[in-house]
Amino acid sequence: MRTDLPRRTAILAGSLLLFAALAGASVCVGAQAIAPAEVLRAFTDYTGSSEHLIVRDVRLPRTVLAVCVGAALGTAGALVQTLTRNPLAEPGILGVTGGAAFAITIGASLGLAGSQTSQLLLASAGSVIAAVIVYAVGRTSPLRLVLAGTALSSLIAGVSLGIRLFEPTVFDQYRFWYVGSLAGREQTPFLIPLAVLVLALVGAMFAARPLNALALGDQVAATLGARVLRIRVAVLVLITLLAATATAVAGPIAFVGLIVPHLARRLAPGSIPWMLGYTMVLSPVLMLAADVLSRVLLPTGEVPVAVVTAFLGGPVLIWAVRRYGASAL
Amino acid sequence: MTPLVLRAGRVSALVERRTAVASAALVAAALALGLLGLCYGAEWATPGEVLAAFAGRGDSSVVILEWRLPRVTAALLFGAALGVAGAVFQNLTRNALGSPDIIGLDAGAYTGALLATVLLSGGAGALAAGSIAGGLLAATAVYLLSWKSGINGLRLIVIGIAVNAILTAVNSWIVLRAELEVAMAMAGWSAGSLNGVGWDDLGPGIAVLALLFLLMAVLAPATHQSVLGDEFAVSTGVGLNVLRPLVVLVGVGCTATVTAVAGPIVFVALAAPQIGRRLAGAAGVPFVPAALTGAVLLLAADLAAQMLLAPTSLPVGVMTTAVGGSYFIWLLFKETKKS
Repeated sequence: MRTDLPRRTAILAGSLLLFAALAGASVCVGAQAIAPAEVLRAFTDYTGSSEHLIVRDVRLPRTVLAVCVGAALGTAGALVQTLTRNPLAEPGILGVTGGAAFAITIGASLGLAGSQTSQLLLASAGSVIAAVIVYAVGRTSPLRLVLAGTALSSLIAGVSLGIRLFEPTVFDQYRFWYVGSLAGREQTPFLIPLAVLVLALVGAMFAARPLNALALGDQVAATLGARVLRIRVAVLVLITLLAATATAVAGPIAFVGLIVPHLARRLAPGSIPWMLGYTMVLSPVLMLAADVLSRVLLPTGEVPVAVVTAFLGGPVLIWAVRRYGASAL
Repeated sequence: MTPLVLRAGRVSALVERRTAVASAALVAAALALGLLGLCYGAEWATPGEVLAAFAGRGDSSVVILEWRLPRVTAALLFGAALGVAGAVFQNLTRNALGSPDIIGLDAGAYTGALLATVLLSGGAGALAAGSIAGGLLAATAVYLLSWKSGINGLRLIVIGIAVNAILTAVNSWIVLRAELEVAMAMAGWSAGSLNGVGWDDLGPGIAVLALLFLLMAVLAPATHQSVLGDEFAVSTGVGLNVLRPLVVLVGVGCTATVTAVAGPIVFVALAAPQIGRRLAGAAGVPFVPAALTGAVLLLAADLAAQMLLAPTSLPVGVMTTAVGGSYFIWLLFKETKKS
């Protein structure tokens, strides 16, 4: 494994470069053509012109949002796949996405989901409640957690579909929330959600080493001296925070959390810390690339970022699996 | 408890007692629910009237034999088909989350249906054709992309994830761009419904499903053997490269048949095998309990869908998730409390 270190560091450095380049592109590209030099001046020599306003008040927050949401969903996905040892697990598997969607539906039918702030609050509340229920039902084994999450998600998805089919206005509000997008979301008050995300990401870094032991199986981990239950609860809290906040801010863009960990695992087989590191860098890369593309792809308007994410990430994943094989958890 | 040994000439089978008891109970439940389904409707028929209708007597025999019986038959048969399909994919991928969805069938069927109705503004026939074409195309794509001198469960899962992600994104985008009424109608279709199913729609489906069930009964022992590991399966005489395509054919065929008639009914394929194996106390994911559970689950859900907001009938998919989901959560909760 040691001999692999230079290669892994090189890949990480390359990913970071790509990340920086895309973050730059995300600030420069948009409906309004603004020269890179002018963009730079918006930060160094702010004059308050409309171009500077666009850069500082629309594009910069949107870029920050893409980075944080991407990193959060990717990391949540990596954690949940490791914890449950199931490659089909995604951040929404613990009921988080379903809970948020249910809360939005209920809120919309009660006429409470009008503003972005109220949607944010509803989604957060719904996802946390759902995650707590799933944990209460399935806490004794990873498999039961996954099954409980799927069952609860399906149950509330059925109920909310029933509600939506009878109320056209609710259906209309919901489909725009559901597609998952960053457009316009930069105007939400997202300072607190972002702080939560950053804290949870730092927590995830600390969880990486204990998870390495847990990945060997509960019994082996216990013999190695790991406190299995405590680690599992901590990781579950992290997953819930990351996925719930990201979903609340940007809608369900869970594919990022499903796809990127599979790629990251390919790059660093057998090491959870490296896999998490790659995920944290590569998820924002996918998210930024998708977000930039979503602005320029169609002349008529924006393609929702979730659609572009799937079209970018899907083929890459297929190629990687065919070329290098799927690596087991 | 000692297992039961069933013998018929040269063929013999070993059945755990608990599996036998659970299966018998499921059959009884299916029959009872089936009778309830024949009695229930706009006009309540007593069980006596139902029996009279079967004998060809009574005023309500047309209603019972031509309207209610096909619907009850469809629920039982389609539920069983979805249960078998789910068990196929859970055994193939050795993953409890496996279901026909993972091979892109449902998402592909929805894409096909959306393209046929929203973009080409086609009618009911175009919708059925589009959904079958879409589902089979997606499944073929996933299968071919995963084929690399054989099928490997994990590779199939991961490639299925990728294709599903792409298709789901396309679907939600089409729904977003469509007129609100069309989008809602399609969302209703995507939940699956048995409303208005008659014998004409069912005929070909019954024939196809009967063939597929027969094929699965032949393949089941080898399938259970292959779950123990590829090396083990090959060394005990299972030809994986023949077995796997056939098993996938059964799973895909069952799901596509159901989708063509009733739309993509969600959750039964995922939940029925898992509920069934818990009821039967079995170690693997056995097929018979999965099929029986699927039948009972879909029929119960369909009855609930008819009764809950009568006379309006909900899409059955809404109720499969509600009924099946609650029951499954309760089962899991009991397991958690025990351990």
